[in-house]
Amino acid sequence: MPAVRRKIAVEDWVAIAAVVALAAYLLVTVALPLWALLSKSFQNQNGAFVGLANFVRYFENPALSQSIFNSIWVSLATTAIVVPLAFMYAYGITRSCMPFKSVFRTLALIPILAPSLLPAISFIYLFGNQGIAKGILGGYSIYGPIGIVMAQVFYCFPHAVMIMITALAIADQRLYEAADSLGASRTRIFFTVTLPGAKYGLLNASFVVFTLVITDFGIPKVIGGRFNVLATDIYKQVIGQQQFEMGAVVGLILLAPAVLAFVVERLVQRKQVALLSARAVPYQPKPATTFDSVMFMFCLVVGGALAVVLGVAAWGSFIKFWPYNLSLTLDNYVFSNFDSGGWSSYWHSIEMAIWTSAVGTSVIFAGAYLIEKTRVFDALKIFTVLIATLPLAVPGLVLGLGYIFFFNHPSNPFGFLYGTMAILVLNTIAHFYTVAHITATTALKQMDAEFEAVSSSLKVPFWRTFARVTVPVCMPAILDIGIYMFVNAMTTVSAVIFLYSADTKLASIAVVNMEDAGMTAAAAAMAMMIVYTSAGARLLNVFFGQFLLKRTQAWRQR
Amino acid sequence: MSAAPKVSSARKLYLSIEGVTKTFGTFTALKDVGFDIVDGEFVCFLGPSGCGKTTLLRIVAGLESQTTGRIIQGGKDVSALPPAERDFGIVFQSYALFPNLNIADNVAYGLKSRGRPRAETDARVAELLTLVGLPDAGPKYPAQLSGGQQQRVALARALAISPGLLLLDEPLSALDARVRVRLRHEIRALQRRLGITTIMVTHDQEEALTMADRIVVMNHGSIEQIGTPMEVYRQPSSPFVADFVGSMNFIDGRMAGPGRVRLGTLEIGCAGAADGLAVGAAVKVAIRPEDVAVRGIAAGAPNSLRVKVSTLDFLGAFCRATLKPESGDTPEFVADFSINLMRDMGVGEGKDMIVALPEDRLRVFAA
Repeated sequence: MPAVRRKIAVEDWVAIAAVVALAAYLLVTVALPLWALLSKSFQNQNGAFVGLANFVRYFENPALSQSIFNSIWVSLATTAIVVPLAFMYAYGITRSCMPFKSVFRTLALIPILAPSLLPAISFIYLFGNQGIAKGILGGYSIYGPIGIVMAQVFYCFPHAVMIMITALAIADQRLYEAADSLGASRTRIFFTVTLPGAKYGLLNASFVVFTLVITDFGIPKVIGGRFNVLATDIYKQVIGQQQFEMGAVVGLILLAPAVLAFVVERLVQRKQVALLSARAVPYQPKPATTFDSVMFMFCLVVGGALAVVLGVAAWGSFIKFWPYNLSLTLDNYVFSNFDSGGWSSYWHSIEMAIWTSAVGTSVIFAGAYLIEKTRVFDALKIFTVLIATLPLAVPGLVLGLGYIFFFNHPSNPFGFLYGTMAILVLNTIAHFYTVAHITATTALKQMDAEFEAVSSSLKVPFWRTFARVTVPVCMPAILDIGIYMFVNAMTTVSAVIFLYSADTKLASIAVVNMEDAGMTAAAAAMAMMIVYTSAGARLLNVFFGQFLLKRTQAWRQR
Repeated sequence: MSAAPKVSSARKLYLSIEGVTKTFGTFTALKDVGFDIVDGEFVCFLGPSGCGKTTLLRIVAGLESQTTGRIIQGGKDVSALPPAERDFGIVFQSYALFPNLNIADNVAYGLKSRGRPRAETDARVAELLTLVGLPDAGPKYPAQLSGGQQQRVALARALAISPGLLLLDEPLSALDARVRVRLRHEIRALQRRLGITTIMVTHDQEEALTMADRIVVMNHGSIEQIGTPMEVYRQPSSPFVADFVGSMNFIDGRMAGPGRVRLGTLEIGCAGAADGLAVGAAVKVAIRPEDVAVRGIAAGAPNSLRVKVSTLDFLGAFCRATLKPESGDTPEFVADFSINLMRDMGVGEGKDMIVALPEDRLRVFAA
């Protein structure tokens, strides 16, 4: 009997067209720019293929290859400091009965609201040439590895804490009860039950922190002094010396640890899931006065330090002339006195963040829906998912550089985007695509798999069910994606530093430029504007979210 | 083609499944499945998980496409049509009610897209909710209803568009035992009243026996037997069916002559049940525990044997007894004794008694 050829309904054609459009979108905004970067590293300035010649040139130049070593050791040092701190902090939050846990939780997440430049500026205020606590460093300069590591610790802390809280939160009470009943001491339980249970989290956090540090551009740019790292090398090669091929080579080198971290993260995630069976009883900490007090003091010191770093930048932004005249002023916020762009760069950031949030959330959520719920073109979907998970492993600088090569190419029909707001938006969406995509997919997977089957039996096209059921039910996840995109668009530096033009200069870039020109107070003020805005957006998100949830989620009440 | 018994009833043919095969890579989920369903019939696909019954249902709906074979519904070949162009309503085990829409909107979901006037839609929703016994549920949300109520709403939603075919995919499996039994009767009564052709997938043999006009027993992607509940229960056509539907003793034996079978040293008659089995062939003799006869069996009666009650399991309305034949090499078997019978006959563990394996209750299968 001949195989059955399914008739393709109008509805299926729409789904197919949408999947093709999504694949094309991801191809243009993610895959092709990365391909452009990859091929550029094997070409000379005229675009002829030269094999590994660029790589050879790179490693023959000791000034350049020294950066690899520098990058690795500051990344390792930061990881070695942040991960134990984050573990203890998360341990206090998840396993003790100390008071103010939610305050500590919020405190730990503060650095996410700020660009990485902000801790660097704070440490300059504290320990720089005019620093008020310069003496503590005992003659060592903050400009260099010391400053980089200190600022990176602040910047990476929330990422590590979030991973550790997740890892420590999923514990099986029964294991602890069993260990207790066998007479194991608290220390022994820690080393035989707690630590093995959290080892994947520790590994994962280490890789994430290492990758964040090695790919971050803002901190070494501001506080690195003459200490060269890979991230600043790319910038110097491309912007300073117009050596695009060498930039591409450094970009590829930078990609290596990130790809490794990405692979490890995937493997670890698979194992972590299997750790907790459906029958596990969630762990409930019991009060223990000494332990709880120690944990409280620890979190107080660490959380306090985070608040101080933020506070110094905030305070510094209102100071007339650090450290000689500490009277307060708003002068530093009159940005036209410091930077030709004035306040416009702040408004550009707002514009960029709103577009990124609106367009990004729509594309990513609708895309995840198409992949998860429609039943067409499965081969193309696999390819699309692969590209969608790629950006997690790609540092912003590398993606930004790829955008230059791809969109600036004379024969690219999308060339008109170069230097516009649109390219900044597309780039930022691509940069943060993966996490948002995973959030959307997770929410969609929780929906009944038969909704689409029911709709088609009722002759209702899938897009109507998408609008009437899927979107309202997934509203909490959609709001999460929206705020995630907004805050990241406000704080990002690395990808957009290659792509902005005079008309689209962003607040975070103004911070870099003003700091570069020695106007630390104005840089601090602009960085604080980003913090205020991110924090405000988060608050607004909470209130607006509650209002919206009340309207769309009434059905959740029993 | 597998045997597709023609329906004897004078009723009109509604659905034909012809030579349907489904493969996933190297795995064959359905092997050349075919049979007919008449208008207004209630058919159950019964089988263990992984037997292909759900895949077959989804192929009938168009939610899955068959590798080869045809589906003819109402005289029209729908084999290649997408679900939206077929005529069916479906109810899933998970209810799949839209959680953010109230009950009235859920039921009206398929009506609104047809652009009917609002008053007509409202009237139809009220009618359907009354039909499933939930006239006041309209303004509530699914989460505010019990599982049984939600499943009735799902049924109302499926029926709203007046489909020619109703598909039920394990609709009762997620419910409590008590609710399940009640809803069984309600669904069956509703189906009779509307006269809608219905296919239900289930792995619960009791459900299939009580609800279906005909049962299609499936295993490993093939049909084992098609028949009325009584036929499937009384004359299972294979050891699989005999074992899957109800309880069954399988006693190893050997054909001793035409219509005679030997179980150890015991020889009994099995006329009519062992056609086509050669003398000396190894067989399994099947008898249901409740068919073992006790009352009025004298020593030397046909197919009788002396047994000792070795264990008794109390199961409420009856006891399941394990009986050890006195002729040592005849295998043990179980019998169900009503509490009534136990009292009358004074049955207890260790009691010696004479029982019979009635010839007309035996099935003999090649081993």
